[in-house]
Amino acid sequence: MRNILYIIEKEFKHILRNRSILPAIFVAPMIQLIIMPLAADYEIKNINLAIVSGHYSSETQHLIQKITCSGFFKLVKETSSFEEGKELIEKDQADLVLQIPNDLEENLVKEKKGKVLIFVNAINGTKANIGATYLSSILKTYNLEFIQKEFGLTNPVDLRYSNWYNKFMNYPFFIVPGVLVTLVTMIGAYMCALNIVKEKELGTIEQINVTPIKKHEFILGKLIPFWIIGFFVFSVGFFFIGMGIYGIRPLGSILLLYLFLAVFLVAVLGLGLLISTYSQTQQQAMSVAFFFMMIFMLMSGLFTPIESMPNWAITMAKFNPVTYFIEVMRMVVLKGSGFADISGHLLKMLGFAIFFNSWAVWNYRKTV
Amino acid sequence: MQTVIHTENLCKAFGDFKAAYNISFEVYKGEIFGFLGANGAGKTTAMKMLCGLSIPSSGKATVAGFDVWTQTEEIKRNIGYMSQKFSLYEDLTVLENLKFFGGIYGMSRAEIKEKSQQLVHELGISQFANRLVKSIPLGWKQKLAFSVAIFHNPAIVFLDEPTGGVDPITRRQFWDLIYQAAARGITVFVTTHYMDEAEYCDRISMMVDGEIKALDTPENLKKQFGVETMDEVFYELARKAQRKGD
Ligand SMILES: Nc1ncnc2c1ncn2[C@@H]1O[C@H](COP(=O)(O)OP(=O)(O)OP(=O)(O)O)[C@@H](O)[C@H]1O
Ligand SMILES: [Mg+2]
Repeated sequence: MRNILYIIEKEFKHILRNRSILPAIFVAPMIQLIIMPLAADYEIKNINLAIVSGHYSSETQHLIQKITCSGFFKLVKETSSFEEGKELIEKDQADLVLQIPNDLEENLVKEKKGKVLIFVNAINGTKANIGATYLSSILKTYNLEFIQKEFGLTNPVDLRYSNWYNKFMNYPFFIVPGVLVTLVTMIGAYMCALNIVKEKELGTIEQINVTPIKKHEFILGKLIPFWIIGFFVFSVGFFFIGMGIYGIRPLGSILLLYLFLAVFLVAVLGLGLLISTYSQTQQQAMSVAFFFMMIFMLMSGLFTPIESMPNWAITMAKFNPVTYFIEVMRMVVLKGSGFADISGHLLKMLGFAIFFNSWAVWNYRKTV
Repeated sequence: MQTVIHTENLCKAFGDFKAAYNISFEVYKGEIFGFLGANGAGKTTAMKMLCGLSIPSSGKATVAGFDVWTQTEEIKRNIGYMSQKFSLYEDLTVLENLKFFGGIYGMSRAEIKEKSQQLVHELGISQFANRLVKSIPLGWKQKLAFSVAIFHNPAIVFLDEPTGGVDPITRRQFWDLIYQAAARGITVFVTTHYMDEAEYCDRISMMVDGEIKALDTPENLKKQFGVETMDEVFYELARKAQRKGD
């Protein structure tokens, strides 16, 4: 135990005296945390909409007005020819084409139903699909109002679209927790791996291996400082940037997040340690760590929802510790999930922590 | 005489390449044992096996009474090691290095403090005590590395080319430190390329291409080869070497 303290003390001296590592740990992540959510804003406005209709009855006018009033759409063209609407999509001038049949009003009155068609430009699929969702939700409201008016129902079935857990579709709320997780991962895996491999390069590790220090003492002495730094970076990111700058108010318990963070850090530090046991040079360690980071980022649901990935990618995401922490962050921050909701995630993270660390300890050799 | 290092047909192979082959010798308590050989002869390889840093391919050896196959951790408690590569922490100060290494050898804080002050005083480096190691001159660094290697008062200290790149005056001072350590009863196992240093040793072994080709006192070796200086002894043996240093 005493030995561990000596190592921790020494590691902190190394870290605090290193002019190139300090900014990498503290400044760069904060800048990324401020910039990335701004760049990754998926909120869609100005969806280009073309309307095809041959006959502008009052009902049709009313519907069009409702759509344009929503603020999401820009009416690029009103035309009577479907061909022209199709052309607009082909030229990428419209994201959506809404076709309102000439006999909409007649059908509504006579048959009590009418049909409209939505065509989606799949080139910018995300934008068009979100647009289509908005549009159909407007149509639904319209539908309801119509029923109400026609049948005099005062209390119709209330069908409403709302974004649960992130009411105002505030993208920073969605992205900041994710970015924070990736930053903590970077610091854990990267810094820890580089730190140990640096000792290999310098040859100082040999001086350590020739002392009676125990394997686990050395490893704990190396991991604990980065574990503490992980907590520090997370806290600064969460309180100053997440809550301070973006005004995020977590619905769930912050303590729960810290509990998960504690286990998560052990897992990624274990990975860093593992990388270091297989690398001889800092360059090697860096490229291997970079490889893992890329996969972790892309396969974590940070930018693309996991549900919309192909099956093989979903499987990979399940073996990615970052996935679970991002999920837990979003659950706790946006949804207010409690311990019971995330206990499954926590168990899996414990599994990762045990797996990476045991492998690393097994592979770390004082005597080669 | 008490034997502190005993090796019998100790071998280390990297793949097919026998870096050290059938090494057999004994080192006695309190002596200064010189381990000579051209570049690539296998000195470092042999030394690392004795320090418990590398597992032998075959053969037997005990260091301070402990087996190199099964008791490497016990060996580590009883030895000091100064590697060929400078391996103190350059971004820590002199005192911080002493504190760290003293600490992980299990010395108490009070003991570390007292012995550090004493050491800094004896070495005459009080002015460097709170300077980062990277900022002090090479000669002092090497003396400091040696002092760190014997800081915890080991039974045996292994020195791998401790005076490489150091000026002649500092080398003399360095050997004074070695003599002081030996006088305290620490057995010294040292490799060197300087033949004047070989003369300072009680006994020397000559390694050629992974094997020990000669082992005796400097006097006897000179007699045996019918030459005047250790330089010539070395030359006689080393010119038969096939191995190119790297
Ligand atoms: N890990 C290793 N893998 C493969 N070959 C090695 C390894 N370590 C050393 N060797 C080879 O073993 C031989 C002996 O090396 P060693 O470092 O023991 O020599 P040395 O006598 O200490 O030389 P020097 O005076 O240059 O320090 C060299 O040819 C070296 O290339
Ligand atoms: Mg060597």
